[in-house]
Amino acid sequence: MPRPDTPGDARVVLSDTDIARALKRIAHEILEANKGASDLILLGIPTRGVILARRLAAIIGEVEGQPCPAGALDITMYRDDLRHQPTRAPMPTSIPGDTVDDKVVVLVDDVLYSGRTVRAALDALADYGRPRAVRLAVLVDRGHRELPIRADHVGKNLPTAHSEKVRVRVLGHDDHESVSIAGGER
Amino acid sequence: MSALVIKGATAYAAGLPTQGRPGDVVVVDGVVTDLDAAAVPRNADVIDADGLVLLPGLVDIHTHLREPGREDAETIASGSAAAAVGGFTAVLAMANTTPVTDTAEAAERILDLGRSVGLVDVQPIGAVTHDLAGQQLAELGLMHRSRAQVRVFSDDGHCVGDARLMRRALEYIRSFGGVISQHSQDPSLAGPSACCHEGELSGRLGLPGWPAAAESVVIARDAQLARHTGSRVHVAHVSTAEGVEVIRWAKARGIPITAEATPHHLALTVEQVRTYDPVFKVNPPLRPIEDVEAVRAALADGTIDAVATDHAPHARHDKEHAFVDAAFGMLGLETALAVVAHVMVEGGPFGWADVARVMSSAPAAIAGLPGHGRPIAPGEPANLVLIDPAASRTVDRDTSMSLSRNNPWHGRTFAAGVYATILRGRVTAREGVPTSC
Amino acid sequence: MPRHLLSIADLDAAAIRMLLDTAASMQDVQRREVKKIPTLRGRTVINLFFEDSTRTRSSFEIAGKWMSADTINITGKGSSTSKGESLPDTVMTIDAMGVDALVMRHSASGAAHQVAGWVKARVVNAGDGTHEHPTQALLDAFTMEQRLGTLAGRHVAIVGDLTHSRVFRSNVLALRMLGAHVTAVAPVTLMPSGITPWAQADGFALSHDLDAVLTGERPVDALMMLRVQRERMAGGFFPTPREYTVGYGLTRPRLQTLLAANPEAVICHPGPMNRGLEISADAADAAASVILDQVAAGVAVRMSVLYHLLAGEEGSAA
Repeated sequence: MPRPDTPGDARVVLSDTDIARALKRIAHEILEANKGASDLILLGIPTRGVILARRLAAIIGEVEGQPCPAGALDITMYRDDLRHQPTRAPMPTSIPGDTVDDKVVVLVDDVLYSGRTVRAALDALADYGRPRAVRLAVLVDRGHRELPIRADHVGKNLPTAHSEKVRVRVLGHDDHESVSIAGGER
Repeated sequence: MSALVIKGATAYAAGLPTQGRPGDVVVVDGVVTDLDAAAVPRNADVIDADGLVLLPGLVDIHTHLREPGREDAETIASGSAAAAVGGFTAVLAMANTTPVTDTAEAAERILDLGRSVGLVDVQPIGAVTHDLAGQQLAELGLMHRSRAQVRVFSDDGHCVGDARLMRRALEYIRSFGGVISQHSQDPSLAGPSACCHEGELSGRLGLPGWPAAAESVVIARDAQLARHTGSRVHVAHVSTAEGVEVIRWAKARGIPITAEATPHHLALTVEQVRTYDPVFKVNPPLRPIEDVEAVRAALADGTIDAVATDHAPHARHDKEHAFVDAAFGMLGLETALAVVAHVMVEGGPFGWADVARVMSSAPAAIAGLPGHGRPIAPGEPANLVLIDPAASRTVDRDTSMSLSRNNPWHGRTFAAGVYATILRGRVTAREGVPTSC
Repeated sequence: MPRHLLSIADLDAAAIRMLLDTAASMQDVQRREVKKIPTLRGRTVINLFFEDSTRTRSSFEIAGKWMSADTINITGKGSSTSKGESLPDTVMTIDAMGVDALVMRHSASGAAHQVAGWVKARVVNAGDGTHEHPTQALLDAFTMEQRLGTLAGRHVAIVGDLTHSRVFRSNVLALRMLGAHVTAVAPVTLMPSGITPWAQADGFALSHDLDAVLTGERPVDALMMLRVQRERMAGGFFPTPREYTVGYGLTRPRLQTLLAANPEAVICHPGPMNRGLEISADAADAAASVILDQVAAGVAVRMSVLYHLLAGEEGSAA
């Protein structure tokens, strides 16, 4: 069902329960890959990645019985497309425990597309220290990579056309949760 | 014999019987011979002046021609052309050239250069003090005895600040009917860096202020000295309500004082400086609207006798600096009539006869210039200007006759414009183009 | 954001907010081990200082370098201007090399405005005569906000040589936009001409009595002491340094009065200080003093300004 604030031709591909299920699975995958939650830091890429990172950390905390640190990593100053749009104020970066040295950092974002955001995030991360390993978790992978980057944990692989728009909404930033696709040539 | 007939112009001049009605003027050999074209001489040049206004040729008692010394900014030739195009038949050239006009020889040289150009009568103003230094008197008497017969003296650009020196100068020139045109700026209240009217805007812009009192205290002092010496003081470029007030006070007491206002002080306000454009840097500075209105009212009621341009050409390399570092002054000869008509006739209380008074007869009388500012009557020299009150001309600084481009009127459109200028019966400029001799 | 930063008057409250918020992010960089971000890689920033200023120049230089811009310092003495070259020639020559920004300090009011009309590069006014010093006002607001939170409704008193102060002119504009109450305090001779109608139009208060302001109904939240140059005595602006200090200096007793009325109050000074003239050493070094915070904030604020002028599409921020 299209919501009033979605374009008429948008179709929902993930509902709120689908998202919850996907996050739960990703959380388990992260724990499995890391063999537990030790040294784990989840860093969300603003804005929705930060909310998703917190949600994943909460699930991991529940499963492991101890809190998992989650923070935010702003990549504005590292973007390679700064010159193509008006500047905006950067979002805050917060690194739990103030260091990423020797941690396993999981970068969390809502959509993986060209890979340029992740490239910027890796550059930004390097300026904060030297993690033992960096992994990538995304809610949606819509393809069309322009850099040799892939996600370690994917909520849903979503083949799309370039002309289509993928919209992710999450509670805490939006008034409901869904992933929808709009536009594109029919 | 050369003859010129001006047909159908509406003439305004002192004592003219046909004042305000279209009529004809016949000029033979540089002299007005008749006010009726019935007696048109054969082979006369005819100007069809239907719809035009005819005034006695304009007289500017405050012009900077820059020659000798700064021929890159203006020459007597280029300045004469600008004057002719602007409707002037006589200009008084200020003394602040290099070298300064402070000797008989220097004055005669300017007179001769003006004559050789021949577009306008160029009358030198002599310096009051040697080299404008404010220390010792220049050769006032020798300049007067010279062929240039200098009667107007001024250190313009500088104020004769020393009261004792001013007193002596006034006393000295009284015997030959001279007059001192004073640049009224108390140097301690408004020093060399003062470049913006002192007030809210100078405060906000952080520009050194030029307070109104720096003008009025000098006018007041000079009025007292004129009273004391019985000699004539002329106040150059009055810019403030306070200055006007002092002149009004002095005139009411019969003190021999006259005054001039510039077109820019009649029309532009200090707001122009907001963009720090050095074109609007002038001395005295542009003032708030209250002062501008006071100066207009004073010109209307005769407190201010004359309009003078303070035409001050500057090379681009002297103007294109930070505001405080740029040279003072703006062009004025070519636009003066249009601006005065705009402010005082179209938007003010003046008729054309008043324009004739403030731009021709009054300044000619102040300067003691024979043959200018005269009535338009048989036997009078034919120094005339024809004005098109509906010319609607847009000022373009790049078409100026002046060698300089510091034109504050660039891009403005004025209703009135000079159609032709006639010096002793000869057309010296027509529709913006000077006539070569 | 306008194309250049020439005056606080060119900004609105939203633009100031964005510049200050960005500066907060930039402070993160300042605190990191690796103080470098790639944001302005390939951009060239010229610090063109016709007037000496180690503080402001190095602050801009550090800001540019931390953002990976190439920064080059040209001082008035080393430039062609001292050889008689005109200001337009000097700046157009540098501009022709293809630089991206000119950070300019000049002794003439309005110089940055004029230069902005002559060059293709972005111009940042780093102080023009006695006109404005916009980045100083931004860093002052940033520092005050760090201690006081929002400035809306706060009371800032600015004390000192207002006539010759570009810091005052920029600050009063910025503080009013941020909703602060401002009181300008000075002897009449050190207040700019026409300040009465100006204060009325812009909504700030005037006082010639610092003690009355410190004990007034509205406690002072921030006291900004401006530098007073001893040379001003020669111009007759005030009789003696002693008389100035007694009337307008932040002396130890006045420091106590300030803090008694408002224990949270902060003390600012744009520097360089004349200890013992406009501010006592006790006040300068008090816990309430944020003078060194101002210096630190200077780099973050200038990074923010350079980012918004140079990083985006045609430099235009949203």
